[in-house]
Amino acid sequence: MSESMKIRVRHAFTGFTLDVDLQLPGRGVTVLFGHSGSGKTTLLRCVAGLERAEQAHIALQGECWQDEAGRFVPTWQRSLGYVFQEASLFPHLDVRGNLAFGMRRATGAVHEDEIRAMAARFGIEHLLARKPDGLSGGERQRVAIARALLTRPRLLLMDEPLSALDAARKQEILPYLESLHDELDIPVLYVTHQIEEAARLADHLVLMEQGRVLASGPLGETLARLDLPLARDHDAGVVIEAQVLDHEPAWQLTRLGFAGGELFVSQRPLAAGSPVRVRIVARDISIALSGDNASSIQNRFPCTLSGIAPAEDPAQCLVGLDAAGVPLLARITRRSAEQLGLLVGQKVWAQVKAVALLD
Amino acid sequence: MLQTQDWSAIWLTLKLATTVTALLLLLGTPLAWWLANTRSRLRGAASALVSMPLVLPPTVLGFYLLLLMGPNGPLGQLTQSLGLGLLPFTFGGLVLASTFYSLPFVVQPIQNAIEAIGARPREVAATLRASPWDSFWSVILPLARPGFLTAAVLGFAHTVGEFGVVLMIGGNIPGQTRVVSVQIFDHVEALEYAQAHWLSAGMVAFSFLVLLLLYSLNPDSRRRGV
Repeated sequence: MSESMKIRVRHAFTGFTLDVDLQLPGRGVTVLFGHSGSGKTTLLRCVAGLERAEQAHIALQGECWQDEAGRFVPTWQRSLGYVFQEASLFPHLDVRGNLAFGMRRATGAVHEDEIRAMAARFGIEHLLARKPDGLSGGERQRVAIARALLTRPRLLLMDEPLSALDAARKQEILPYLESLHDELDIPVLYVTHQIEEAARLADHLVLMEQGRVLASGPLGETLARLDLPLARDHDAGVVIEAQVLDHEPAWQLTRLGFAGGELFVSQRPLAAGSPVRVRIVARDISIALSGDNASSIQNRFPCTLSGIAPAEDPAQCLVGLDAAGVPLLARITRRSAEQLGLLVGQKVWAQVKAVALLD
Repeated sequence: MLQTQDWSAIWLTLKLATTVTALLLLLGTPLAWWLANTRSRLRGAASALVSMPLVLPPTVLGFYLLLLMGPNGPLGQLTQSLGLGLLPFTFGGLVLASTFYSLPFVVQPIQNAIEAIGARPREVAATLRASPWDSFWSVILPLARPGFLTAAVLGFAHTVGEFGVVLMIGGNIPGQTRVVSVQIFDHVEALEYAQAHWLSAGMVAFSFLVLLLLYSLNPDSRRRGV
């Protein structure tokens, strides 16, 4: 993973101070995650140049957009795409006009074939002649994403692009966003306060609180860290990259493999070999000292206990596990931890009660 | 029916209103832009100054403009030193005075339109590589079109309808400064009520048509906006 995006911002805004120093991967989706008011949107606006921070150093693969010496490249000269919370299409232009707007300025010409291909990719080719007034919220947001990508940006910034949409519309757009992982070779900075979105989309997670960065790291590792407030969340859990191994039609199950072992999930129409993402929440993992006891729980694999920390509920504790390099998070009662005599470094078995396939 | 002098007054009025409207759109747009976007402390004072003609009697405005443009006024000395002579009692003087007098009618609708559009469309345009100048022409102007239309029509109509300032600055010189409103006044003074009627009824019809045009051409601005 190349460390090729540098974002250092220091600025006192009314109400809070943004103080951030990040090195981010030059590829994949980085999710800026935090509660509202944590400064993630402001940070995104600073990267875009929509806000001018007092002190900032912002550079993308060696190209400097702002530095402490007073250099400040205005937004319109930065090679970036920005998707706003609400779609912000120009109401006086039709969909085609909106798509062509940035492309004409960024590339010097309107490439009709490229517009058609992008429209097809986002399922909006039948809307090209329509005005934004006549589109649904989900359609507008798809046009906005396509419009941003047509400028051939070197960085895509997305500010809670799903937050203005209802659940059904979110499900309509998420597959398009997930495809950004695989198809885009530019970095994406994605702001959200929904852990589900972060779990589905992020490769890299930046956790923000009150204008500061609490943690920045690969998604799986960061979600499993015992020292972060994320782990104390009711829905805390990890995300694992797995692969479809095969199907057991007799049991209506699909078998997934990951570095630490195998997982059964309800059968899905996925080809063997397809990469999938699964989410396992901490309360669905229990711990056993051996793997040979008979149990209804089929999903179990050996782990090394990597840490124990107090949970939000004083009756419970959080247990960090390492399954052949894949970090997991379990939440069990303090009583059972005591009775099992759990110690850091101990070999245990993780028993997984439920696995959610993210797709 | 209308006489030569009446036609000359009508022509002069239209010429004056057209010139003033063009000037006002040119000067009023940057001023409205500044007022809509600035956080400067001068904003309040500038807004108050722009709106002064709304409350001041035209005679007061005309009186001070007359002094300003007169032989001892700073503007008068400037125009003299530039070899332009003095502005009072000339068409140029009327244009200058009318521009001040109609300023709020042009600045306010444009300012309101720009404020209603807000910063977001400009931010969107900037992220799509449009320079500020580009985004003014390609985004702000089309979105603020109803505001500009209102401004132009109001500026034009208000200039057509003025009387006090014209009389103070321009007096009553046929073909030079005698506009329709002054011509009507002359007719009434001379008890030529029939003539006054023709011109006055013409003004009533003209005003109605202008306002009708304004209200029917202008789409409902509340439906617009990003």
